[in-house]
Amino acid sequence: MTLAVRDLAVRFGGVTALEAVTFDVRPGSITSVIGPNGAGKTTAFNVITGYLRPAGGRVTYDGVPLTGLRPSAIARRGIVRTFQRTSVFPALSVEDNVLTGLHLRGTAGFLEVLAGRRRLAAEESGLVRDAAAILEFVGLAHRRRERASALPYGEQRLVELAIALAARPRVLLLDEPGAGMTGAEKTVVSGLIRKIREQGVTVLLVEHDMRMVMGISDTVIALNGGRVIAEGAPAAIQAHPDVIRAYLGAPRDPA
Amino acid sequence: MTRAGGWLLAAAALTLPLWLSSAYHLHVAIMAGIFGVLALSLNLLLGFAGQLSLGHAAFFGIGAYTSALLTLKGEWSFWPALAAAVALAGAAGWLVGRLSLKLRGAYFVLVTISFAGVISLVSVNWIELTNGPLGLPGVPAPELFGWSLRSKTAYYYLVLAGLALSYLVSARLVKSRIGRAFVALRENEPLAESVGVDVTHYLVLAAVVSAGMAGLGGSLYAHYTRFVSPEVFLFTYTVTMVVMVVAGGKGTLAGPLVGAVLFTVLPEALRAAASWQWQMLAYGVLLVLLVFFLPRGIVPALQALRRRGAS
Repeated sequence: MTLAVRDLAVRFGGVTALEAVTFDVRPGSITSVIGPNGAGKTTAFNVITGYLRPAGGRVTYDGVPLTGLRPSAIARRGIVRTFQRTSVFPALSVEDNVLTGLHLRGTAGFLEVLAGRRRLAAEESGLVRDAAAILEFVGLAHRRRERASALPYGEQRLVELAIALAARPRVLLLDEPGAGMTGAEKTVVSGLIRKIREQGVTVLLVEHDMRMVMGISDTVIALNGGRVIAEGAPAAIQAHPDVIRAYLGAPRDPA
Repeated sequence: MTRAGGWLLAAAALTLPLWLSSAYHLHVAIMAGIFGVLALSLNLLLGFAGQLSLGHAAFFGIGAYTSALLTLKGEWSFWPALAAAVALAGAAGWLVGRLSLKLRGAYFVLVTISFAGVISLVSVNWIELTNGPLGLPGVPAPELFGWSLRSKTAYYYLVLAGLALSYLVSARLVKSRIGRAFVALRENEPLAESVGVDVTHYLVLAAVVSAGMAGLGGSLYAHYTRFVSPEVFLFTYTVTMVVMVVAGGKGTLAGPLVGAVLFTVLPEALRAAASWQWQMLAYGVLLVLLVFFLPRGIVPALQALRRRGAS
């Protein structure tokens, strides 16, 4: 059940966004991708989840290739993402946002819906219960009936997380889940990510907040200029000379 | 709408021919019903899936011509012709949906306009089939178990049944996971994809159902006016549908019905009240005022009012 990335290459015109990027995400781990702006973190996410086609290389999950599949087909295989910029269904209530996320759990087909089969009412109330449980989990149960766009920023990010969880991920990709949040909110999100992993979901995240990354990750992958420059346990990455150089620049020549 | 309100409305609709004394008033009611079907149809695409079809008259016209030609030249009876009209219009919707798989916004609008333009040209120029600009007179009135539905009262009930069916289809779809997928496509397409909603599949589905419903409206229109000409493809029909959906409240189930009744009755009422120039002016001013003060439509404004009253 490993998510494996092999030799990914992405070019935008003449600019190389990713070059020979290879890494594995171990099942059941929390793995973080770090790197300065423009390092290619979100690009890697976009390729893994099917929003971007790579110029070369491939992504497999449990040995099955994902490259070339549509995002919805990748989601069906259990690889679900969130977005860097807040992304909810703005005009819908928080509950309807999560119900939409539950799309794959529903089975109602077109003709069944038109025929108004009784089974569907039972399925629908089951979905509503599932949505309530997910909202309880992320701590938004009291916001159920409110319009998603009316929520404060931090709570909208939680709605986003709830939508992704509703799709029942086996691998959850979180693009900067802590961005723009207060310290307290980040602590809540870190706690949620740990709990999600405890439920057997593999988590891959892109994050800039080093305290958050080092606090929750089992493995950290450092990207710079579209290449993997280091990979390992948080402590080892923090001390890695290439990573320090990527973030702070080369030490001044002593001479 | 509350349950009691719904029953009251249904009772009013069912007994309407008893209240309306003149044939003219019944005619207006029939036209409102046909436009109700069309507005419900456009609402599925525009209100729920969030895609503006400015060629919707094409599906209406295809339905009208299919039904007229099959009964006139094929000597089919009305009911199978009606089914064929729905099916052929639905197939046209499928084609438009497939053509515009990756197209959204202005590009989708352009595809639908062009499609309507092409179909309209075919109806004018394929003279052996369509009789060209002269149109097809003498479309037979429907029959049910040997009864002719030629009278306005009988036809009113036929249209009412078509309207109820369209409403039921819309309501069932919208309240299901399929309707949620339509709305997800409108609200945030990349996010919808990320949770496994096959966006193109649902766009095509919305287009097929919407077009099929417009085809139903077309068939009902053809057998009511008993005459079909290339005028059924006029852009005016599309604009009327858009006005009804937007003014009534797109993305609500009741909105298109309110819009259809209002914008069928209003021009007729104005016609009685004023000369032609003033009629159009008043219509225009009213439309501007509606869009200005109730930008989301009449039904959402009423819902908001009721919520405020409740809290």
